[in-house]
Amino acid sequence: MIEKTVAELSAALAAGETTSVALTQAYLDQIAAHNEALNAYITVCAESAIAQARAADEARATGSTAPLLGIPIAHKDLFCTAGVKTTSGSKILHNFISPYDATVVERLQAAGAVMLGKTNMDEFAMGSSNESSYYGVARNPWNLDRVPGGSSGGSAAAVAADLCAMATGTDTGGSIRQPAAFCGITGLKPSYGRVSRWGMIAYASSLDQAGPLCKTAEDAAILLNVMAGVDDKDSTSIALPAEDFTATLNNSLKGLRIGLPKQHFTSGLDPAIESAVRVAVAELEKLGAEVKEIDLPNSDLAISAYYVIAPAEASANLSRFDGVRYGYRCENPVDLEDMYKRSRSEGFGEEVKRRIMIGTYALSAGFYDAYYRKAQKIRRLVKEDYARAFKDVDVIIGPTTPSPAFALNSMKDSVTMYLEDIYTIALNLAGLPGMSVPAGFVDGLPIGMQLVAKDYAEATLLNVAHQFQQVTNWHKKKPVLTASEKTTEA
Amino acid sequence: MALTKTEVEKIAHLARLHVSDVEAEEVAKGVSDILALIDKMQSVDTDNVEPLAHPFDAAQKLRPDVVTEPDRRDELQQLAPQSQDGLFLVPKVIE
Repeated sequence: MIEKTVAELSAALAAGETTSVALTQAYLDQIAAHNEALNAYITVCAESAIAQARAADEARATGSTAPLLGIPIAHKDLFCTAGVKTTSGSKILHNFISPYDATVVERLQAAGAVMLGKTNMDEFAMGSSNESSYYGVARNPWNLDRVPGGSSGGSAAAVAADLCAMATGTDTGGSIRQPAAFCGITGLKPSYGRVSRWGMIAYASSLDQAGPLCKTAEDAAILLNVMAGVDDKDSTSIALPAEDFTATLNNSLKGLRIGLPKQHFTSGLDPAIESAVRVAVAELEKLGAEVKEIDLPNSDLAISAYYVIAPAEASANLSRFDGVRYGYRCENPVDLEDMYKRSRSEGFGEEVKRRIMIGTYALSAGFYDAYYRKAQKIRRLVKEDYARAFKDVDVIIGPTTPSPAFALNSMKDSVTMYLEDIYTIALNLAGLPGMSVPAGFVDGLPIGMQLVAKDYAEATLLNVAHQFQQVTNWHKKKPVLTASEKTTEA
Repeated sequence: MALTKTEVEKIAHLARLHVSDVEAEEVAKGVSDILALIDKMQSVDTDNVEPLAHPFDAAQKLRPDVVTEPDRRDELQQLAPQSQDGLFLVPKVIE
């Protein structure tokens, strides 16, 4: 049962073929058997999950039929969860029990979803491999020596290995799409402002956006229906007309205009990924889509602009971790400055400190125009590239990543790792919705196809992805897991 | 551009981070590598481009200036490393 999609589980629960308690227990058993090896969860909430499942079953008995009622979910550990440890993958929050729920968590709970636990992630969502987590790296279920991607690596690994039915993640530069690609699942980054950021531990506020990681596009639509919506607590969330993202999944793709950016099919791309994506695009052509090459001339500048804007915003956001109000405080500080400096230096990991340093430098007196303002200008050029392209096409398609999941500890420095996000990062600068959909295998590892649509056109993405999944089986492939030996003791 | 040890110390102080003498060199290299990546931007002429601060150029929403949050001081202060009588305690600031 645990391998089923959210849509299938929802139907099974409605038909009385199973109960939420049974289902939740099955996922908890799967977690017990495999989390030791995968390290996908930082915190597992077995007791409260069973209690929530029981409540869902009781609600169903009295007539409730919400689509997510009783379905087990995992939340990335940067969504605040009342009464449950929320670490953001950092030592500095090792003892932080959130006093409130993030809006996303609240909405999913109100919809009846059962929270299994909190998933592993790169520290403060800064990374593309999960290796910067203070709680140890999460591993790729397809090959335990490979990274699951990041920063939402724990969520992606958990969905791929059936350690949950669905998961939440966040995406600041590719952190939903890249791990979805590496783990062979479907991930959606909504338009900026579509989903409330309230209660998400901030990384870069003008780029961060929450979204679903699922087994299918249909599941992502079901989940987005609940996650999306304006929120008074997040002034950047946008009031849009209510939309049922499942309603247009079965629309025909006849006449759909697809653009392939020539900058996304260049020499940096693994040729095997290129051919897999071209085969996938040919499938969409068979469904009636038209394909043309497009130009995104400022593509290669996106990473440069991102590594000013994201660290600058991070340096401001992370100034709140000062050892005064919550989180880690160093031992025996000699004075206030010593307390700030040592609490932060001992509490943050290397990559986080590096980005805080970059951001502080870029914002410091005399450098603002050369870095931050310049990056914001590049940001507009990137946005205009997409706006121009979307005059001629409905969807832009390319690879999600230049290579399949890389080996643990194989990235020799930060900059090499940053270049892994070359195809995903521009969307966050432009605020556009994007998706990664399984599109084949290279060396036994799944690879992803990225779909991009214009502002607020998530329904188009989900429609295209769903139609693709009706004629392909990549999303149905499952990694073979071997139960770790230590689980019998646990 | 490559940062000097003095520059690293200055930035670390602004960011309230402690960087030891031993670490300073490595931090300088890590930060300088990233600045080299960033400096690719400088080759593009952006004189007539307006900076984009928000992906949709949206303006900040305003709400009436009224209290909406309940008082949860005692509960929130339980999260603090040190607190007493409704105050957060820090090392002595004024002698």
